Amino acid sequence: MEPDKAKMAEHFINAIPHCKALNMRLTGIGAGQAEMELPYDKRIVGDPETGVLHGGAVSALMDTCCGAAAMCHPSSPSGTATIDLRIDYMRAAMPGQNVRTKAECYHITRSVAFVRATAYDDDDSRPVATATGAFTVQGK
Amino acid sequence: MARTRPEPVQVVKQRRDAAMSALVHGVPYINFLGIEFERRGDELTAILPFDDKLIGNPLLPAIHGGVTAGFLETTAVIGLAWSGLWDDIESGRISLESLTEGHLPRLPKTIDFTVDYLRSGLPRDAYARARVNRSGRRYASVHVEAWQDQREVLFAQATGHFLMPSKDE
Repeated sequence: MEPDKAKMAEHFINAIPHCKALNMRLTGIGAGQAEMELPYDKRIVGDPETGVLHGGAVSALMDTCCGAAAMCHPSSPSGTATIDLRIDYMRAAMPGQNVRTKAECYHITRSVAFVRATAYDDDDSRPVATATGAFTVQGK
Repeated sequence: MARTRPEPVQVVKQRRDAAMSALVHGVPYINFLGIEFERRGDELTAILPFDDKLIGNPLLPAIHGGVTAGFLETTAVIGLAWSGLWDDIESGRISLESLTEGHLPRLPKTIDFTVDYLRSGLPRDAYARARVNRSGRRYASVHVEAWQDQREVLFAQATGHFLMPSKDE
């Protein structure tokens, strides 16, 4: 993929206020693929007794990562928006550990990008959550 | 036959509002997003006051899809927990003291959550209401609707399945 597109996607992700508020980082981007990380943060805990992160913060991470994967697909001209996103929660992320996610745009048409993603904590063998979504393909 | 006199309205309201506040304000993520709940009897409306940190697309600007998902999921979980707690709060089985001391009841766990993004979330307050379509001993299914300026014009809706906390936990 053209380095310009990766740069553009990276620039776009880093300019998202909500991602900045959660200190999300883009850790990898390629043709139709993206990787992001969400640092553990007490402000976004969903269960105060165990310190487990809230599903909403994981949703924000996976939604952003899926959007980035859709945007940087070679057939995607520019921007994107979520049409729908389903998240399956396999288990609670370990308190204190960062959540990492990898998203892949596995099919794209003139109007729709189909994306899936998996999220992990420090244990790569057991996913925390998976996501599947449809995204708009804009500006053609 | 003598009827027991109903409790004074302030007593009832105070108990319900304190229980609601303990449930909502005990969760850091809910406070981070700034979500509040308004209660009319047992009906809840979740409110997400707009804030710059909720923006996902700075060009439009629009609320982040992840924020919308988090807002709807919170509305579903609190709505579900509230409908399950109602009888315990009304009968006094759950004491206000224990709630305000931070002994929160176990919340339902999300199994899956699907959000339907109908239009972009505008930079203004958002509202949501949950409907518990089925709540069994172990599983529950909840639908949520969210809108901004006009009640009939939804900007997102969601369906989720939840694992209910076991009663003896």
